[in-house]
Amino acid sequence: MDATVEKFTSKDLVTDQEIRWCPGCGDYSIVKQVQTVMPDLGIPRENIVFVSGIGCSSRFPYYMETYGMHSIHGRATAIASGLKAARPELSVWIVTGDGDSLSIGGNHTIHLLRRNFNVNILLFNNQIYGLTKGQYSPTSEEGKVTKSTPMGSIDHPFNPIALCMGADATFVARTMDRDPKHQQAILRRANDHKGASFVEIYQNCNVFNDGAFEVFTEKSSKKNETLFMESGKPLIFGDNNDKGIKLDGFNPVVVDLTATGASANDMWIHDEHDRVKAGILSRFFDNPSKPDHLPRPFGVFYEESRGCYEDGMTRQIEEAKAKKAADLDALLRGKEIWTIN
Amino acid sequence: MEPQNEVLDNVIIKFAGDSGDGMQLTGTQFTNTAALFGNDLSTFPDFPAEIRAPQGTIAGVSGYQLHFGSVEIYTPGDFCDVLVAMNAAALKANQKFLRKSGILIVNTDGFDPKNLRLAGIAETDNPLENHSLDNYKVIRMDVTKMTRAALSESSLGVKEIDRAKNMFVLGFLYWMYNRPMEHTLKFLTDKFGKKPDILDANVKVLKAGYNFGETREEFTARFTIGPAKITPGTYRNIMGNQATALGLIAAAQKSGLQLFCGTYPITPASDILHELSKHKNFGVKTFQAEDEIAAIASTIGASFGGSLGVTTSSGPGIALKTEAMGLALMLELPLVIINVQRGGPSTGLPTKTEQSDLLQAVYGRNGEAPIPVIAAATPSDCFNMAYEACRIALHSMTPVILLTDGYIANGAEPWMFPKSADLKPITVNFAKEKNSENKFLPYKRDEHLSRPWAIPGTKGLEHRIGGIEKQHETGNINYDAANHEFMVKMREAKVEKIADFIPEQTVEVGTTKGKLLILGWGSTFGAIKSATLKAREEGYDVSHAQLRYIKPFPKNLGELLYSFEKVIIPEMNSGQLIKMIRDKYLIPAEGLNKVQGMPFAAEEIYTAITKALGK
Repeated sequence: MDATVEKFTSKDLVTDQEIRWCPGCGDYSIVKQVQTVMPDLGIPRENIVFVSGIGCSSRFPYYMETYGMHSIHGRATAIASGLKAARPELSVWIVTGDGDSLSIGGNHTIHLLRRNFNVNILLFNNQIYGLTKGQYSPTSEEGKVTKSTPMGSIDHPFNPIALCMGADATFVARTMDRDPKHQQAILRRANDHKGASFVEIYQNCNVFNDGAFEVFTEKSSKKNETLFMESGKPLIFGDNNDKGIKLDGFNPVVVDLTATGASANDMWIHDEHDRVKAGILSRFFDNPSKPDHLPRPFGVFYEESRGCYEDGMTRQIEEAKAKKAADLDALLRGKEIWTIN
Repeated sequence: MEPQNEVLDNVIIKFAGDSGDGMQLTGTQFTNTAALFGNDLSTFPDFPAEIRAPQGTIAGVSGYQLHFGSVEIYTPGDFCDVLVAMNAAALKANQKFLRKSGILIVNTDGFDPKNLRLAGIAETDNPLENHSLDNYKVIRMDVTKMTRAALSESSLGVKEIDRAKNMFVLGFLYWMYNRPMEHTLKFLTDKFGKKPDILDANVKVLKAGYNFGETREEFTARFTIGPAKITPGTYRNIMGNQATALGLIAAAQKSGLQLFCGTYPITPASDILHELSKHKNFGVKTFQAEDEIAAIASTIGASFGGSLGVTTSSGPGIALKTEAMGLALMLELPLVIINVQRGGPSTGLPTKTEQSDLLQAVYGRNGEAPIPVIAAATPSDCFNMAYEACRIALHSMTPVILLTDGYIANGAEPWMFPKSADLKPITVNFAKEKNSENKFLPYKRDEHLSRPWAIPGTKGLEHRIGGIEKQHETGNINYDAANHEFMVKMREAKVEKIADFIPEQTVEVGTTKGKLLILGWGSTFGAIKSATLKAREEGYDVSHAQLRYIKPFPKNLGELLYSFEKVIIPEMNSGQLIKMIRDKYLIPAEGLNKVQGMPFAAEEIYTAITKALGK
């Protein structure tokens, strides 16, 4: 950590604004984890910027004593792109929701990822429109009954992780509001990654979509329904870590370690840098009510090192400056002139 | 017999041909040669929306009109003295613009049965044979044949040889107007230096065209147009979009800010992006976003970060940017939004000009959303107004809309370019200190009602801004009824205060009171000026004022309007400025409106003047 950076604490990140999320909202946990992690990152507080769009999650910047912008629906990613291009030295964090960044702002999200700006996207996915009081979102499951879909939604949902893999994101991860430690670890990883870091956070909306993720977050089912990926380690899950994942060709299969006597080390060893395997993992997206479904993965799916847009931009400007001095009078004069007496 | 040499004070030439015939290049070359010679000039490129419209058809006709002279020139001209028609379609589309007994140069090869058919002309109606052109001085030349003959020894294929046809016409016109070929020869060398056979072909054909005039005795007249007696000084030629780009760079340099242009390609605005992206050595950052919304959104991000943020577009793109423009004004960040207007609505007439986005600029947002609006009058004025847009935006921490249009954006004129030292200073003071007891109040205002610009990276001034209504001074979210009304009025008052530091309205032609004022805005400048000058010479009591600052209006505008018995407002729309003028000043101004995707002819305005003054 840079010793010259003035230290600050989590408390320094709390603003004088009263938090207005509903009591019990998953967002409280996320703001807490962000405030916990932030002082350890070695970034001067004045260089941190939170940019959000519109939605419940997008109130986030008001609760962070850093620079911040609460913008318009769907555009946080585009605003952050411009900010990062203009000021590459800033630490830019985008806070967005499933409606904000996958519906109205879907376009900007995929373009930010392919350009690979070195920013962090925290997508609070609650599979519902909360601020508008309960319509289905682009991540709501088919058949979902909401105010706008009394007969059930006929929309096929986005798989955010697979979408980001498709957009050539260089860091793709998933975590959940109810697991503070995991959240903190993933936030640190996102910050450490040079490039666009996409973090999907399962977040419970206890008012309009309560329990959407409880099968993954409740103690009783968590171990059987989730798969916590760790690089270099086998993919195992289950109440007693008694199940593993193996690849049969390109098809993942669940192996009962106890019944088969197979060793954990014979299972699929997670490699964050393997794009093909990350693609397969991103498709572990079965509805948990389906029999023989695969567990839902959490952790880092994929990470790769690729040039960032803002660095390319800076490089071209340096090259241009080295070739030609910035002489405003010469520019105004142009190539050909004539004089009238 | 030596042809007689006639001295003229101005000439209007229109080059018309198929979009693949290179008419824009021919026109630009003649223009630059005329400019370097010292003529005053004005140009009007007129090209189809399709990149390669069907060859030989009316839809595929591309034109370039040039008006140059030894006198001051304000418009590309109403009717041309010389029409170059490379094919039958070009003639059919443009004959109506050629004045009686004007010179018509036709490429006879472009009138064969196939070309006639493509132009929708019956073979029995060939205009070269049916005496319909008897009122013109027709110069026939088989350009294709002569181009091929000039290159009979060339190694190039027929297709490539035919591409040099335009050089033959250009060479011939250089002969006809006593112009040197040096500029074009240099241009060709720069362009084709690495392809010697193509360079050689173009040079040969250019010279062949010139010699064709020299050696054929049938041409009895050559013309001389002396240098213009315009304001002494050093000039260059400039197009509107190029001038806009230079104005932005100049403002960034003078203010010491990084220029950031987030934009999305759209006709006719893209050339601003093209020009800016050539000047990265000035630290200019151009960002071609994924759409119009991201274009302005990224620019807002850059402005938040302390850059001079600019986004450029045309009507449809501006419509998409509308919501973000509202955000920028709520955030009270400097931002320049440039609308190079084109014919609308919807996709409308992408390559044609119109002034129909004025009300969109002034009123077209949700909520009460005042944004200053200014407009450029001529191609070179785009420089001044782009600079002004930046100056106002930075001075008052506000988005500013600059309106230009396709006519001046693509048009060119000589420009007495300024020295950087003579440009108005632009001072930017980023906030560095807390502005209240132990606190930073992001919406605390100065005497201009402008708020401090505290950029990320500034220690101790961390703050949040957003699109939700905010409390006076603190900027905190606030839904209080009285505060909302206060803030609505405050934002309007801030924009109105800009009238304190913009120039007062001046009169371009005539006097500050009288019988009739022609009040224009934007690109109608040249036509109005030409018409009022002519009418005044004939004794009409008419004056001309051109508005450049539209929101807010210059402080003295009311007084000026009240000093005339009658006010006529010509606009390339169905009457937009007139609504604002009637609304604010309660005068019975009359409109003169044209919505044809074409600029006004000076004659149309002159006729309106004579009719209004009843003589």
